[in-house]
Amino acid sequence: MSRLSVPKTYKLAIGGAFPRSESGRTYVVTSPAGEFLANASLASRKDARDAVVAARSAQAKWAGATAYNRGQVLYRIAELLEGRRAQFVDEIVQSEGVTAAVAGAQVDATIDLWVWYAGWADKYAQVAGNGNPVSGPYFNLSVPDATGVVAAIAPQDRTGVSLLGLAAVVAPIVLSGNTVVVVANEAAPLSAISLAEVLATSDVPGGVVNVLTGSPAELAPWLASHADVNALDLAGAGSIADGAWVDLQITAAETLKRVLPPVEGAPAPSLERITAFVETKTVWHTKAML
Amino acid sequence: MTIDHPVALAPADRAVRLLGGDLTEKALRLHLDGLTGVDAVGLEARAANLATRSIKTSSKAWALDTIISTCDLTTLEGADTPGKVRSLVAKAVMPDPSDPSCPRVAAVCVYGDMVPYAVEALGALHGDPDHGLVSVAAVATAFPSGRASLDIKIADTREAVAAGADEIDMVIDRGAFLSGRYGLVFDQIVAVKEACRRVDGSFAHLKVILETGELQTYDNVRRASWLAILAGADFIKTSTGKVSPAATLPVTLLMLEVIRDWNRLTGERIGMKPAGGIRSSKDAVRYLVTVAETVGEEWLVPHLWRFGASSLVNDVLLQRQKMTTGHYSGPDYVTVD
Repeated sequence: MSRLSVPKTYKLAIGGAFPRSESGRTYVVTSPAGEFLANASLASRKDARDAVVAARSAQAKWAGATAYNRGQVLYRIAELLEGRRAQFVDEIVQSEGVTAAVAGAQVDATIDLWVWYAGWADKYAQVAGNGNPVSGPYFNLSVPDATGVVAAIAPQDRTGVSLLGLAAVVAPIVLSGNTVVVVANEAAPLSAISLAEVLATSDVPGGVVNVLTGSPAELAPWLASHADVNALDLAGAGSIADGAWVDLQITAAETLKRVLPPVEGAPAPSLERITAFVETKTVWHTKAML
Repeated sequence: MTIDHPVALAPADRAVRLLGGDLTEKALRLHLDGLTGVDAVGLEARAANLATRSIKTSSKAWALDTIISTCDLTTLEGADTPGKVRSLVAKAVMPDPSDPSCPRVAAVCVYGDMVPYAVEALGALHGDPDHGLVSVAAVATAFPSGRASLDIKIADTREAVAAGADEIDMVIDRGAFLSGRYGLVFDQIVAVKEACRRVDGSFAHLKVILETGELQTYDNVRRASWLAILAGADFIKTSTGKVSPAATLPVTLLMLEVIRDWNRLTGERIGMKPAGGIRSSKDAVRYLVTVAETVGEEWLVPHLWRFGASSLVNDVLLQRQKMTTGHYSGPDYVTVD
């Protein structure tokens, strides 16, 4: 007699917990060939609202950790990803319909990208900040500071980005002390939730990374208009509908959000993605007169 | 048993009418100990059931405005200053500066020595909350512990009333109540009620805080509610907000049931004020449902129903802004208290 398989239920990741959608809705995740893979939660606007509340309450503590500490915490995630490599490869093979070798390459790229960003945590301030020259006996320093809660739409392409795209959006946002509410790849959300499980068992405080699965077209307008979201990363919003991201940008302008426009595929690792979500704070301090 | 005199009373008249002319501690004890016990499981189940009602959008809009207009905006900190009271008053008269249609709160609730500053800051807007004005409530009688001599409690109350307080929130002596000295607690409430008398003969409204978090059992809450009403309370109030647990839905339901019973018995309407621990609009709406289902919607007016809260108003304003603008608001758009 063959064994009855026990498929995993993929839920949302909000505030360090894994709740179902408050709406009770789910949707079927299939492989490109149309085979059933899993039921995923179809997040509602109220889930997005709850996620923003969780992200807001986690933000001060996460930004208050030292940059060195945040770098260590992020590096640890790369270690955990390496340890669960087989699971991620398996999920990518199923949901993207690619070979194990191609999936393995995506997992490797994700881990490398994560390590690359982790290293920047205590270094980007040296590049983005400055000791300003002044004609007086005091220091004048410009330092980058986290912007707050960032909402992001992960890349939505069917292949090549289900894990890498999410990591390439989330890592540069959180390393500077922001917290994030990210809408995962709608068609292939499995590895996004597995990544959230990795985060939940790592040293990242609950609420720093909140993952919603569901329709970006439904959720993005609520996040773009939410007055308690400080910035918007529209990396995957190009796929919602032709030009829809422009409307999101206009909505976001109502509450003075920073907005990053859509990109093709997974965003390449870059310092600009880090500095897009920080704001510069300039302070002065007297020099000792001794 | 029905009593016909649904009119304003001098202190202790209620007890005389219910218990007979020769009011003794024994008569009071016989009455209070003769109350039927509370079915705790049934009470909690009923409260939990009332908390599950689904509220439609138009009702929610009404509920949010009702919560604001029946709220006692409160600051009761050792660090209170005249400046903090003035900013509280500014918020009370205009809770949401971005929306002039937002109603005023019912009252500001402060310590007795802050009453003059609240009265001064309110100016012409000081008055009856039933007419859209804001009244001043003062906590008195050695709030929050109530551990002081009766003379000091009376002086505390007189001073607040003389300074212009419209409402006095007094605490009962829980130690005396728990050790069974009902007569002492009764006499103190009567004395404080008398101290609420203004020079023109009218009374400041007296809210009696039972501090249900210290009363241990639901039976005690029921007894204390009866005791406070018999002694002349205009309002019965759950908690000081300084003790945990503060207001809970079952306790509020239980106290409302006593109010309902008193109303059936005498036709008099006693007010109810849950205080402490109500922070979200969702929670507050559940209280409104409980009031409507227990004593009736006509109780949802400022002279019969109050929320004692400090952070609740901000959450209600966020929900209100969501309803008017169509998008979620955030803490940057309400005051920092």
